[in-house]
Amino acid sequence: MTAWLWLLAACTLAYLTKLSGYLVPQRLLGSPALIRVSGCMTVGLLASLVTMNAVADGQALAIDSRLLALAAALVALLLRAPFLLVVVVGAAAAALGRLAGLP
Amino acid sequence: MHVRELLRTSPATRAGLSIALATGAYGVSFGALGTASGLGVLEVCALSLLLFSGGSQFAFIGVLAGGGSPASAAGASTLLGLRNGVYGMQVNTLLRPRGWRRLAAAQVTIDESTAIALGQTDRTEQRRGFWTAGVGVFGLWNLMTLVGALAGDALGDPRRWGLDGAAVAAFLGLLWPRLRGREPGAIAAVCAVVTVLAIPLVPPGIPILVAAAVAALVGWWGRDRSPEEVAA
Repeated sequence: MTAWLWLLAACTLAYLTKLSGYLVPQRLLGSPALIRVSGCMTVGLLASLVTMNAVADGQALAIDSRLLALAAALVALLLRAPFLLVVVVGAAAAALGRLAGLP
Repeated sequence: MHVRELLRTSPATRAGLSIALATGAYGVSFGALGTASGLGVLEVCALSLLLFSGGSQFAFIGVLAGGGSPASAAGASTLLGLRNGVYGMQVNTLLRPRGWRRLAAAQVTIDESTAIALGQTDRTEQRRGFWTAGVGVFGLWNLMTLVGALAGDALGDPRRWGLDGAAVAAFLGLLWPRLRGREPGAIAAVCAVVTVLAIPLVPPGIPILVAAAVAALVGWWGRDRSPEEVAA
């Protein structure tokens, strides 16, 4: 139940964020500093999410097949693969690692 | 205007439609990863319908999959969605929607629809591009989320299918196009290191918020530089 409440809270906040761009006067939201901070935060959050999903196991660091997925996805991106293919390549690399008996 | 006529004469409608097909298709990966993270099919579909912002949705389930609390999942998703406020402002200056159209425009203000609108010079084309991409992605993304969630639910142990690896790849795929220029690369590297250092020290889900704070500080300190370098 709490999960649903936070889920709906996240949805409400997401919509209000989008709507604020249409309602708040441009001199408040349009400040170059704010645009810059929001851009930097997007990059930082995504980098952190990559890292956390690759090496975190609860509060411990773990080295397992997910690192194979990271490497395979990096190669796919360097070869200019489209997003969906990158995701599939990542899944295949991790699944193959597990099939080979890696954690 | 007839649909076929519109497709022939309007480059923005064509661009909007192709981005809708490409982006909508990977809703299937969100659906599958969503159920793998422990959410039910209904919850996963609610995220696509109501939250509707790819990065934020992936962040929400990514934090849950890492053992984080729903509260920190909501925190990460909200921070990642802040850029949509900037997008809303940019789209508003181009299209100036009024009444119910403004409320609808806000919901479909995402990376793709904004990029298509900003890429047009003609006012009519901007409007066509924004709405085609926005509504098109919305429809397909939700449909494919349902397909992925049902499939993911049927797959059983997500690790056996490498779905945890798919999540890593998905986040790298979302980050990749933003790594143009030296500064975004440096911010990404610093935030990755901060995350690794924070994982053993704070509860799951919190390292992401720490990294966000570090990135915000970097942005604030260098605010005299051109904003377009990282926001674009």
